[in-house]
Amino acid sequence: MSVIALDQKAKDARPARETAEARALRETTPTHWFPYAAPHARGRDVRENAFSFRGISRKFGDKTVLDNIDLDVPAGQFIAVIGKSGCGKSTLLRLLTGLDRPTSGTLTVNKGAEGQNRTRIMFQEPRLLPWARIAKNVEVGLTGIAKGPQAHEQSLAILREVGLADRAKEWPSVLSGGQRQRVALARALVAHPYILALDEPLGALDALTRIEMQQLLERIWLQQAFTAVLVTHDVSEAVALADRVIVIDHGRIALDIDIPLERPRRHGSPELARLEGQILDTLFGSAA
Amino acid sequence: MMKSTGQSLLHSGAAILRNGTGWLLPALIVLAWEIAARTGLISPNVMAAPSAVAEAFWRLLLSGELVRNIGVSTARALSGFVIGGSIGLVFGLANGLSGLSRNLTDTTLQMVRNIPHLALIPLVILWFGIDEEAKLFLVALGVFFPIYVNTLLGIQSVDPQLVEMGRVYGMSRATLFFRVILPGALPAIFVGLRYALGIMWLTLIVAETIAASSGLGYMAMQAREFLLIDVVVLSILIYALLGKLADSFARLLERLTLQWHPAFQTA
Repeated sequence: MSVIALDQKAKDARPARETAEARALRETTPTHWFPYAAPHARGRDVRENAFSFRGISRKFGDKTVLDNIDLDVPAGQFIAVIGKSGCGKSTLLRLLTGLDRPTSGTLTVNKGAEGQNRTRIMFQEPRLLPWARIAKNVEVGLTGIAKGPQAHEQSLAILREVGLADRAKEWPSVLSGGQRQRVALARALVAHPYILALDEPLGALDALTRIEMQQLLERIWLQQAFTAVLVTHDVSEAVALADRVIVIDHGRIALDIDIPLERPRRHGSPELARLEGQILDTLFGSAA
Repeated sequence: MMKSTGQSLLHSGAAILRNGTGWLLPALIVLAWEIAARTGLISPNVMAAPSAVAEAFWRLLLSGELVRNIGVSTARALSGFVIGGSIGLVFGLANGLSGLSRNLTDTTLQMVRNIPHLALIPLVILWFGIDEEAKLFLVALGVFFPIYVNTLLGIQSVDPQLVEMGRVYGMSRATLFFRVILPGALPAIFVGLRYALGIMWLTLIVAETIAASSGLGYMAMQAREFLLIDVVVLSILIYALLGKLADSFARLLERLTLQWHPAFQTA
């Protein structure tokens, strides 16, 4: 099953667009799927895991930042990771992207179609090269994958996607914060990643630009069908974008819920507010 | 149409004026100087009049002496600069990139740096006499440190977040160096380059006035022997011009390579 590198016409075939059947399947526990057959064989067929954490711990000296985390994320899922600052959510991303190694446990990151095992990370800061023009910055995302005119072609295509095709020849310093973050998104997406890790990428943007970026992110995720892991401290952002939200508290997964709402979701709808309340209760205790 | 032409003329006039304002004060000073010399306010054996300096310039230009001496001095300055600058750059890059190399050499280099290189002149004369090597050695030594220190500083100040980004995107060490680290260090390297150019002329002047048999400094010292004050002043002016020329060249290079820098963006 091809998970990446799908062209934009074949949208309906994407696992990201979860069908009712697939959701029902995901919401029942694996043992109940096919009691008469080997459960994982069919399960993998529908939705293989993009990555799984098995008993992952990460300690810095005496301090345990992640404590025995078990987490399976199916390919194409949009998962949001919420937690107070210092709860270990960024460490989780750094482990996933290979920037850091777990102290114990096993981390499996599956390959995408045609062995394109690409995990990309988008940071809180754009981290653009100030000395490279916008198109060249996007081409950084194709390091070791494509070169020259082909890379340029691809970078222009993805810039068109994020609405910045006309800025391709400019320096990053003349762009606004939101535009720079869009370039960073284009750079992360240009090689069609299998997993996109987002480390509070919208945290530094103003409220209106944030909403715009959320919509852009959702649209591109629906088109490209990558697995998205969004680390955020904004609960409303998490429920607006994600299929599933996990809350990390003191290095453990304190809550793991699905957000079974139709897209596009309306900001401020009662269902979102209810889920938001449930998550906040987990974070601060129901008394708060 | 007429109006726009007039406006653009006005604009270019304003531009010339803006660029020319820097030269206004020197021109006034020269004028006052000439008047003071003509009226006898400044005695001719203290300071030569600008017209006398111009005359000396013309005389030496015709005899070929001036061109030859400028040529000799420039060749010395540049070859010393190239030698010292490239060694400084190599050490700066090596120590910026490798902790081992830094641990090994930085302390030694910092100790040597604190010796004023001109204090070595007596020693250098004993070693090399007053031949070319002496001047090359001094210029190279003088140029080495600003380039070294600033290259090292430049590399150490490259944003570690950008380096991490480069690694995440799978850049090889060479790509990382040429795409991220070197461009990031370039502004600081240019600061070092401009410092070094200043030190290059300074060192050469001192070395040539003390121990030389040709070059601008030698020309000035010879003129002093014969009380040719106009030639002495001329040599000093030429040094000033050469220094300014070198600095403008460095600025031009800076503007070409640092186009991305907000400080160099015109639009």
